[in-house]
Amino acid sequence: MKNIKFLFLGALFGIILIKSEVVSWFRIQEMFRLQAFHMYGIIGSAIVVGMISILIIKRFNIKTINGQEIVIPKKEFHWGNIYGGLIFGLGWAITGACPGPLFALLGSGFYVISITLMSAIVGTWVYGLVKQKLPL
Amino acid sequence: MDFLIQPWPWYVAGPLLGLIVPALLIAGNKPFGISSSFKHICAICFPANISLFKYDWKKQEWNLFFAAGIILGGFIAAQFLYGQHPVNINPETTTLLKAEGVKDFKGLIPADVFNFGNLFTLKGFLFMVVGGFLVGFGTRYAEGCTSGHSIMGIASLQWPSLLATICFMIGGFISTWFILPFLLKI
Repeated sequence: MKNIKFLFLGALFGIILIKSEVVSWFRIQEMFRLQAFHMYGIIGSAIVVGMISILIIKRFNIKTINGQEIVIPKKEFHWGNIYGGLIFGLGWAITGACPGPLFALLGSGFYVISITLMSAIVGTWVYGLVKQKLPL
Repeated sequence: MDFLIQPWPWYVAGPLLGLIVPALLIAGNKPFGISSSFKHICAICFPANISLFKYDWKKQEWNLFFAAGIILGGFIAAQFLYGQHPVNINPETTTLLKAEGVKDFKGLIPADVFNFGNLFTLKGFLFMVVGGFLVGFGTRYAEGCTSGHSIMGIASLQWPSLLATICFMIGGFISTWFILPFLLKI
C-alpha cells in the first residue's frame, strides 16, 4: 500500500485547510477585498517554507525515501496560464474555494459542495473537449 | 489541546502547508498539486476518446489518494478539532457582505447561498454550479491551481506559475468587485 502515505499527507492538508479557515468563503471575500492579511500570510509563508525546503533538498542532495533523485517537473509557459488563470480566479471568488478546499469542505460535512465539486469535474471535462479550439 | 481547538493563525498554518511540498517530494517525488485529480477522475470515469484524458492514470493514482485524504482531513477537523464555527472575519467585510445581501454568518460558508434548496434558483445555480465549472475549467486550462502554481510552482521558482498566480488574483478581484455584488443581489 505505497499510496497510504499520500492519503495521510492529504489528511494533514485537509486538517490545515479547515483549521486555518482557508476553506471559508468569508476568508476568500476578505482576501479579495484586501481587508485582512490572513490569506496572504498563509499563502506567502507557505511559499517561503516550500522554497527553503526545495533549496535544502537541492543543496544537500536529499533523496526520496526509496533513494531516488528528487526531480521537480518544469512548468512550460503557455497562454493557458493567463486565460485559464483568469477563469479560475473568477470562479475562486464565486465559490470561495479552490480545488483543495472543495474536497475539505465536502469531508467536513458541507454535502452541498459535492455539487460544486462535480461541476468542477465537468468543467475539466469540457476543457478537455474544447482544448484544441482554445489559444494555448 | 487548546491550540488544536482554536482556529490556527496564518503563521502556523502557512508554514505547515509549505512543509507538504518537501513531504510529497521525499515521500515519492510528487509535486504538490490537487487540481489534476479532476483530470484523473475524468480519465477514469468518462474519457470519451478525448486526448487530454488518454493517459495511464494509474501512474498518477497517488493524487487521488491525496484528494481522498483531504476529504478525510476535513472530516477529522470537523468532528474532533472543532472545525465548524463562525469565522472571525474583519467586521468591515461583514458589513459589506450584509449590504450585498449575505444573511448567514454562522459557519465557514454562507448557508443562505450554498444549500441544496437553492440549487434550482438562478443564484444557487450561479454560485454552486457555474462557480465550480469555472474552477474546474480554469485550473485545467492554467494547468494548476493555488497548490500547484501558487505554492509548488512559485516555491520552485517557475515564472509561468507566478504569472498564473497573478492571473488568479486578477480574476478574483474582478469577480469580487464587479460581478459578486450583482450575483449576491439576485
